[in-house]
Amino acid sequence: MSIEIKDLSYVYSPGTPYASTALKSVSITINEGDFLGIIGKTGSGKSTFIQHLNALIKLQSGSIKVYDIDLTQKKPDLKKLRGTVGMVMQYPEYQLFDETVEKDVSYGPKNLGLSEEEIKGRVREAITLVGLSYDEIKDRSPFELSGGQKRRVAIAGVIAMRPRVLILDEPTAGLDPRGKKEILTLIKKLKETSSPTVIIISHDMDAVAENCDKVAFFSGGEILAEGAPRDLFYDDDLLARTEMEAPAIVKLTKALENRGVTLDSHPINKQEFVQAVKRWRDE
Amino acid sequence: MPIKFDHVTYEYPMEEKPVVAVKDVSFEIADGSFVCVCGENGSGKSTLAKLMNGLLQPTSGTVTVDDKSTATEVEKELFAIRQKVGMVFQNPDNQMIASIIEDEIAFGPENLGVPREEIGERITYALDAVGMSEHRHHTPYKLSGGQKQRVAIAAVLAMRPEVLVLDESTAMLDPKGRAEVLKVAHELHAQGITIVLITHFMEEATQADRVIVMSSGEVVMDGTPEEVFRDREGIERYDLELPIVDDVAAALSQQGVPIEDKIYSVSTLAEAICRSK
Repeated sequence: MSIEIKDLSYVYSPGTPYASTALKSVSITINEGDFLGIIGKTGSGKSTFIQHLNALIKLQSGSIKVYDIDLTQKKPDLKKLRGTVGMVMQYPEYQLFDETVEKDVSYGPKNLGLSEEEIKGRVREAITLVGLSYDEIKDRSPFELSGGQKRRVAIAGVIAMRPRVLILDEPTAGLDPRGKKEILTLIKKLKETSSPTVIIISHDMDAVAENCDKVAFFSGGEILAEGAPRDLFYDDDLLARTEMEAPAIVKLTKALENRGVTLDSHPINKQEFVQAVKRWRDE
Repeated sequence: MPIKFDHVTYEYPMEEKPVVAVKDVSFEIADGSFVCVCGENGSGKSTLAKLMNGLLQPTSGTVTVDDKSTATEVEKELFAIRQKVGMVFQNPDNQMIASIIEDEIAFGPENLGVPREEIGERITYALDAVGMSEHRHHTPYKLSGGQKQRVAIAAVLAMRPEVLVLDESTAMLDPKGRAEVLKVAHELHAQGITIVLITHFMEEATQADRVIVMSSGEVVMDGTPEEVFRDREGIERYDLELPIVDDVAAALSQQGVPIEDKIYSVSTLAEAICRSK
């Protein structure tokens, strides 16, 4: 277990006429090694939820435990928390600020109070991990890079903290098809090499179905369901209640069912679908 | 012919050397068409969009809207062009200026000097067209992303444009918001408005009459969705991808399932699979 959340509720501007409830008694356990996809429409509480996980939002009610860091305690070790949970915001390239790529990526590890040498090593490693050439890019201004490169540099800044949990809010928004594929491949690689637990918020149902092993459906500040994409994306009622769309593969399988063709399984990606169709034809 | 590009080049002035964003591009956009512009980040799509209504003026070559050049010095002519070619951008939050939706929609026509009674009619028409009439007297800040983009489209419609340019207007939206905006675009197209949709979503491109693909500032592919997406080499070369449904069709065909090589929707592919046995 890496993260345990119980009865988490949150109200923006409590006690004022503008009070609005963003989270209602949310409970979920995220295990080390999970690749969790968080989906839900705009305003369903997804971002408020993940911001709690590295204390960008102060806990109002409920409990959050990240490894041995208990956020209900009076003074939780936030430095340790932020070294454990790395957060890549939406359009993270807008948050680049320093003169050179090296300085920008160093910012996080510097705040962890590491030695110069250790920082340098981590920065080189992080930049290399995101698929950029350290020697070529380290002295360049982050602002003269392409959109895809900027996003990689921003992710490197988080990776350099060596977080065990990596959280990304809409990591592929606004990217072209190649950029999207590259970032998804990168996330999978980071999961294998440096951050075993990955959480992404995404509006891309196909990407969630393809990559995540768990999915949580948010709606109106609650988690309506949590489980394997294969189970939940075939639940029409759940999709309707959360106003989400099924991934294309699921739509295809359902369209076949409507035409009297029932496949022997619930495929969740292209390979599974093609194999299921082949088995049906061989029957 | 509402929009015509004739050997258009655009260079962004930079300190060291200018960056060429659009390179010797020529094409025409036919009245009443639905054109999708695709291409990787940095390929010149947004620059192309801004050239369409004179937000940018060509470094060389000419862009004409109804035979009037966008490179005019006469303010009145430029206003007329911007009234004819309306734009909606990517981030819904950056486009709202008024605190009440009705005022947001009135802003354009007021600047055109449209009489008061007619402004009222235009607001009714525009909000109706995007399905947002019930929000007329509300503030835009509490709307969802899809609703905000529909208000942004309504604000353009109140100018009675001939062409609506949507520059990645669905990129930041959730699936429902995206579907809402696309539905509105197709409805407006059915009413005779020319639509130019710039997008990274290939499924959106398959629903257009015509797909233009940009790469390094040049138009590298131009044809019906059928023609563009059947050119697998081109798709590969310009870093596009097949829409998922078509990717599945290609995979089925490779695995020996007899599926015709064409562009599918979920329902047409399901039918083709049913027929394959």
